[in-house]
Amino acid sequence: MNSKRTAQSIVYLMLVVFATITLIPFAHMLAGAVKTKLDFAATLFLPAGDGFLGIGWDRITLENFYRLFFELEISRALLNSLFLSSVHAILTVLFCSMGGYALAKLNFKGRNFVTTLVLTALIIPGPLLLAPGFQLLYQLDLLNTYTGLLLPGLTPAFGVFLFRQAMINGVPNELLEAARIDGAGEARIFFELVLPLVRPMMGAFLMISFMGTWNNFIGPQIILQSPDLQPLSVALNNLKGIYGTDYALIMAGTLVSIAPVMCIFLLLQREFIAGLTGGAVKG
Amino acid sequence: MKKRLNFAPWIFLAPFLGIFAVFTVWPLIHSLFLAMQQTYGPGRVEWVGLHNFKFLLTDPLFWKATANTVKFALGSLFIQLPVALGLALLLNRPSLKGRAIFRLIFFAPSLVGLPFVAMLFAPIFEQRTGLLNVTLHKFISAWDPNFAWTQNYIMTALIIAALWMYAGFNMVYFLAALQNVSKDLIEAAEIDGASPWQRFYHVTIPGILPIAGFVTLLSVISSFQLFELSYIMLNDTSGPDNGGLTIVMYLYQTGFQTGDLGYASSIGWVLAIMLITIAMIQRRILKRHEEY
Repeated sequence: MNSKRTAQSIVYLMLVVFATITLIPFAHMLAGAVKTKLDFAATLFLPAGDGFLGIGWDRITLENFYRLFFELEISRALLNSLFLSSVHAILTVLFCSMGGYALAKLNFKGRNFVTTLVLTALIIPGPLLLAPGFQLLYQLDLLNTYTGLLLPGLTPAFGVFLFRQAMINGVPNELLEAARIDGAGEARIFFELVLPLVRPMMGAFLMISFMGTWNNFIGPQIILQSPDLQPLSVALNNLKGIYGTDYALIMAGTLVSIAPVMCIFLLLQREFIAGLTGGAVKG
Repeated sequence: MKKRLNFAPWIFLAPFLGIFAVFTVWPLIHSLFLAMQQTYGPGRVEWVGLHNFKFLLTDPLFWKATANTVKFALGSLFIQLPVALGLALLLNRPSLKGRAIFRLIFFAPSLVGLPFVAMLFAPIFEQRTGLLNVTLHKFISAWDPNFAWTQNYIMTALIIAALWMYAGFNMVYFLAALQNVSKDLIEAAEIDGASPWQRFYHVTIPGILPIAGFVTLLSVISSFQLFELSYIMLNDTSGPDNGGLTIVMYLYQTGFQTGDLGYASSIGWVLAIMLITIAMIQRRILKRHEEY
C-alpha cells in the first residue's frame, strides 16, 4: 500500500514540475508586459525592489498597453483579427457542414467521386498553393482585399471530412426519413434536425477555424499590403521589426493577441477537446 | 419529390465544389506550368522547362533548407511525441485527482498560434538577459550566459519552442487513445503476472498504435511546413548562415521577396512529393505492425 502511495506522490511531483515549466513562458510574458523596457532587461519576472515579496510593485506599469492602443493603434489590428476570424469561422462551419451532410446522408450519383475528391484534397500541402494562388488572386484583382484572403479557405476538405464523419454515426437515418415523409424540405431538415445533432462538432470546428485565421501569418503577409487591413499576427510582427529590442512592448502585444483565443477556448473547452479527438478515435 | 432529392446534394456541395475548383484544382494545375517558368513578380513570365527542377537539385540553399527542416522534424518526432505520451500516461492514472486542471495547463500552449509562440520565445532565447541562458547559468555555472541560441543553435531553439507548444496538444490525442485501451485486457495481463513494463509493451502500445500513427504523421507533416516560428523569431530573416532557413521559408523568399513564383512553385512540388512519400512510408510501417 505504501509503495502505491509513493508512486502516486511521484506522479504528482512530476505533473507539478511539468505544469510549472509549461506555465513559465506565460508568467514571463505577463510579467514582461507590465515592466518598462529597462526593467525587462534587468529582471526575469516582476521587477525587483523592496516591496512585498521583494518585488518593486511601484515600478509596475501599464505604459506598454497605453502605447500599443493609443500610439501604435494595435486596436485596429485587433478588430481586423476579430472580424476576419469570426467571418471565416462562421462561414467555414456552414459550408463544411453542408458538404459533410451531403456526403454522409444523401444518396446521389457521384457521391463516391466527391468523397474521393475530399480525401485526395486532404493530402495537398498548403505551401504548394501559395505561388499559384497568389498569381490567381492577382489575376482576379483580389490582392489586398479580405475577399482574397478569406475566400480560398472557406471550404477546407478537412472540415468537410470531419462533418461527414460526425454525421454518419451521429444522425440516425430513420429520423431523416420520418422528417421527409412529414414533408419537410431538405433545407429545413438540415438546419433544424441535422445541425443540432452535431453541435459538439460545430463548436470544435468553429474554434479550429477561428484559431486558424487568428494565427494565420503567411496568408495576410502575402495578400494584404495596406497596414490598416492587417491582422494582429502581421501587425505585431511589423512592430517587432521596428521596436525589436523593446521586448516589454512586444510581450504586451503578444498578451493582447492571445487573450481573446484563450477566453473563447475556456467557453468552448469541453466541445473543443471532444471534437478534436472524436474523429481520430472513431476513424 | 424525387427530383428535389436528386438536386439537393449538389446545392449542399456547391460551396465546397465551387471554391475547391477555383482555388485548389485550378492553382494546382497552374502550378505545374508555373514550375516550368521563371517569373518576375506575378506579371512577367519566361518559359524555362525543367530548368527549375534541375537547378533545385544543385541549389545549396535548398539543401540547407531541407537539412534544417529534417533536423526540426526529427527533433519533434523523437522528443515531442515521447514527452506527449509520457504526459498522457501520467494523466491516465485512474486514481489521479485534478486531471482536468493539469490537462488544461498542458493544452494551453497549443492555443497560442505559431507567430505568437515565436514572439513569446524570442526574449527567452536572448543572449545575457534571456530567461533560458540566465537560468542555465544559475544551475550550471560553466554555462555561458552569452550563449547565442538564435545564432548558432536556432533549430534547437525552435525544437524547444515547438515542444512547449505541441506536447500538450499531442497529449490530448494520446490520452484519448489510452482511454480506449481495454481495461479488461490490462487486468487480465495483471492477473497473469505481467510486469508493468510487459503490460505497457504488449497491451498498451498495440492499443494506442493507430492513433499514435495518426499523431506521428500529423506532427511530421506540420514540422515539414515550418515557417512562422523561424521567420518571426529571426526578425524576418533566415538567420546567420541561413541556420534558420526552412523549405517553406525558402519558397516564401524566392516567390515573394525575389519575386520568382515559378521557382517557388517547383519548391512547392518537391515539398509535396516529400510529404506524400513520408505519408506512404508511414502507412506501410503501420500496416506491417497491425498484422501482428
